[in-house]
Amino acid sequence: MTETVKIKMATREAYGKALAELAAENEAVVVLDADLSKSTKTADFAKVAPARFFNAGIAEANMVDVAAGLATCGKIPFVSSFAVFAAGRAFEQIRNSVCYPRLNVKIAATHAGITVGEDGGTHQAIEDMGLMRGLPNMAVLCPSDWVNAKWAIKAAAAYQGPVYIRLGRLAAEQLYAPDQEFRWGRAQLLLPGSDIVLFACGMMVQEALAAAQLLAAEGIRAAVADMYAIKPLDKEFVLDQIAHCSAAASVEEHSIYNGLGSAIAEVIAESGRSLPFQRIGLQDTFGQSGSPAALLRYYSLDAESIANQAKQILARR
Amino acid sequence: MDFQTTEQFALAIRREIIRMLAEAKSGHPGGSLSAADIIAVLYSGELRVDPTQPDAPQRDRLVLSKGHVAPALYAALALRGFFPREELMQLRKLGSFLQGHPDMHKTPGVDMSTGSLGQGLSVACGMALAAKMDGADYRVYAICGDGESQEGQIWEAGMFAAHYRLDNLTVFLDHNHLQIDGDIRQVMSPEPLDEKWRAFGWHVIQINGHDHAAIKAALAEAKTISGKPVMILCETVKGKGVSFMENQAGWHGSAPNAEQAAQALAELEG
Repeated sequence: MTETVKIKMATREAYGKALAELAAENEAVVVLDADLSKSTKTADFAKVAPARFFNAGIAEANMVDVAAGLATCGKIPFVSSFAVFAAGRAFEQIRNSVCYPRLNVKIAATHAGITVGEDGGTHQAIEDMGLMRGLPNMAVLCPSDWVNAKWAIKAAAAYQGPVYIRLGRLAAEQLYAPDQEFRWGRAQLLLPGSDIVLFACGMMVQEALAAAQLLAAEGIRAAVADMYAIKPLDKEFVLDQIAHCSAAASVEEHSIYNGLGSAIAEVIAESGRSLPFQRIGLQDTFGQSGSPAALLRYYSLDAESIANQAKQILARR
Repeated sequence: MDFQTTEQFALAIRREIIRMLAEAKSGHPGGSLSAADIIAVLYSGELRVDPTQPDAPQRDRLVLSKGHVAPALYAALALRGFFPREELMQLRKLGSFLQGHPDMHKTPGVDMSTGSLGQGLSVACGMALAAKMDGADYRVYAICGDGESQEGQIWEAGMFAAHYRLDNLTVFLDHNHLQIDGDIRQVMSPEPLDEKWRAFGWHVIQINGHDHAAIKAALAEAKTISGKPVMILCETVKGKGVSFMENQAGWHGSAPNAEQAAQALAELEG
């Protein structure tokens, strides 16, 4: 078997490349940005389809509602900014002018989570998935690698309705074969295991996989699942995994409130099944400046910390 | 329904507003009455819309950015045949297609769901931009409030429309001087609105918003303007046409009782 070379790439980079492809594939796709096109990578679209790219300036609320207006006229707008501003500053615009009328607007938010790094807490969205998940009609995706991100963007363009796509700043390991299909509302088991299942999303999938390796060295079989679809969540998959493992954890670069961990906890609680479960994420705290690696370690989201927490959860059996 | 004049149409809209709100026992009469003349003129042939094809892609669009005056819009739509007039009595009731604030998916002829102030103008910008991209000749209209002008997003949209030269966008600003907590100049003055909109790069027209000839002339002028969006500042009276509601902030968001409705309807007989 020949091993193809894997490419390390940020999901935001994959977003830009997917948009550039969409420019040729779908005339209805238009892109708006709020003065961050070089960072969000929407500049890749602007380069190939300048007539369908609109800079809204540093005015996110207006940008989202302009997109809503475009959508009423048959366009498929992608709007981008950093997740803090896209989901936070423009929250009520997304609520009332996108989700309430179920308009076909895609919010592609980059620089989510603490791996934004040095810019610090003001720029590290740790609550965006919670905000978006609570909105009726909104689908929420958090891709893990460039393949997953690319196909998530293509799937979002094809889907009729509002979608929030959470993207990262930092280069992520390639986890999938380049043609790996994107299954809407489903999860992907990347590593089977029977002791503890790690439900992860975004950048945390690679950390969870690395944690599983550390655990394997100690004879602990950890399963790792890529929960790239936060909403709709693959409930059947979650139920199936907790039926086959004796403990579970969620791992996300997000607050433990209202994100992936809460979504998994809801499924487990309503299932009636009892097993040790822990939400691994930001423990009701904002981030701060630092290198991404230092921040992951500080907030116990690096592979080693995840492995240690997994062992503590397993000890509760 | 046919009316001899747009003024008679406006009177009919005002009567329906009173009937609807009295039946619903809640809603916003003050602003609905102040915007009634603008809406009457728009729905007297100015807007290229067809009740038999309310979603026709080439139709003109209207975004009621001050969405709380939905009763005025609903009345105009019903009287122009978008849905039966008797349905107006369903306003604000459970399961009704006439929500308290406009819902584009529930009500035929409503182009955008609105209600949260400050957002509709941006949406109208998006519609106007789409027309430009497609080389379509439909025009986009929006109705905003003067209180609504306190929302920062209005000014973001103002920049956007001028920047992208959206000359197919015409906005009516219903300048009735009152908001829930009182006189807009005492709550948080957005004045001078004319100078502000000119400074934002818009073509500004100032009219009496109850003078139908002036509204028609302003709409005609707007169509001649190239390269700039158009702001029609309409000097209006909140509660216009009902003596005890005129210039009373208290009638922003409370419905008339049966006795008050009867008096209002008597005053609004054509």
